[in-house]
Amino acid sequence: MSGGSLLLRMELRSNPESLCVVRNTTGELTQTLGFPEAECRAVVLAVDEALTNIIRHAYQGRTEQPIEATFRRIQVARDGLQQPALEIVLEDRGMTVDREKLCGRKLEDVRPGGLGLHFIRESMDTVEFRRKWGRNQLRMV
Amino acid sequence: MLQISVRHFEKTTILDVSGDIDLASSPELRKALLRELRERRTPRVVLNLNGVHYTDSSGVASLVEGLKASREVGSRLVLFGLNSAVREVLQLSKLLRVFEIADSEEQAVAS
Repeated sequence: MSGGSLLLRMELRSNPESLCVVRNTTGELTQTLGFPEAECRAVVLAVDEALTNIIRHAYQGRTEQPIEATFRRIQVARDGLQQPALEIVLEDRGMTVDREKLCGRKLEDVRPGGLGLHFIRESMDTVEFRRKWGRNQLRMV
Repeated sequence: MLQISVRHFEKTTILDVSGDIDLASSPELRKALLRELRERRTPRVVLNLNGVHYTDSSGVASLVEGLKASREVGSRLVLFGLNSAVREVLQLSKLLRVFEIADSEEQAVAS
C-alpha cells in the first residue's frame, strides 16, 4: 500500500442501492483529475464491479456490512519515468473469496455471470488482492 | 433507478429501458425479459436501450439470460439504442456479435 496524497475516502455499507452514488462520485473525481472520458468510464466500471463482488461474494448479499473505499494520487514508474496515477483501495471484512471462483468463465462461453473480474482487469493497470488483519483489500491502479 | 415500459404489438414487444443497470436493478430487467420470452412467448422482443447510460456485468448477465431464453423458445431478442458505455461493456465481454443489434427501432421491428 502506498502513501500518496489522499483524494477521497468513503465509508459505505454493502447495499446495492449505494452503487449508483459511488459510481457518480468516482466519475466526478476522475473527470476532475482530467482523465479522458473513456478512462473515466473504465475506472467507474472497475470500482462498481469490485464493490459488486464484495457485496455478492465477500458478504454473500448481506447489506449493512462495512466497506471502505480510498482514492489516492500516487506516483508509479512507467517507461522509466515517475508518472501520476490514481490508486483505489477497497476494504471489506467479509469472508475470503476464492479467486478461482471469481475468475469466472471463458469469454467464448456465452452464459450469464463470471465477467466482473474480467472487466476489472481490463479496466485497470494493476489489480492486487490481499488478506490483512481480517480484511480483504483490493488495490487497483 | 431503472424504468422499463412495455409496448405490445401483434408479434413484437418493445421494452423501453432507462436508467442504470447494476446489481440493484438488473433483476428487474431480467424479470421483464423472461416474462416476455418465457411466459408470453412473444415472437420478437426488442430492447430499446436509448435511455441506458450504464450497465455492469450483472446487466450483461441479464441480457445473456434473455438471449438464452429467446433461443430456447424460438423467439428473437433484438437490441437497439446502445450508447458508447453499453457498447464498450458488450465489446469487453466479447458479446457484441452474439446479440442481434439494430441501428434504430424501425430497423429492429422490420428486420
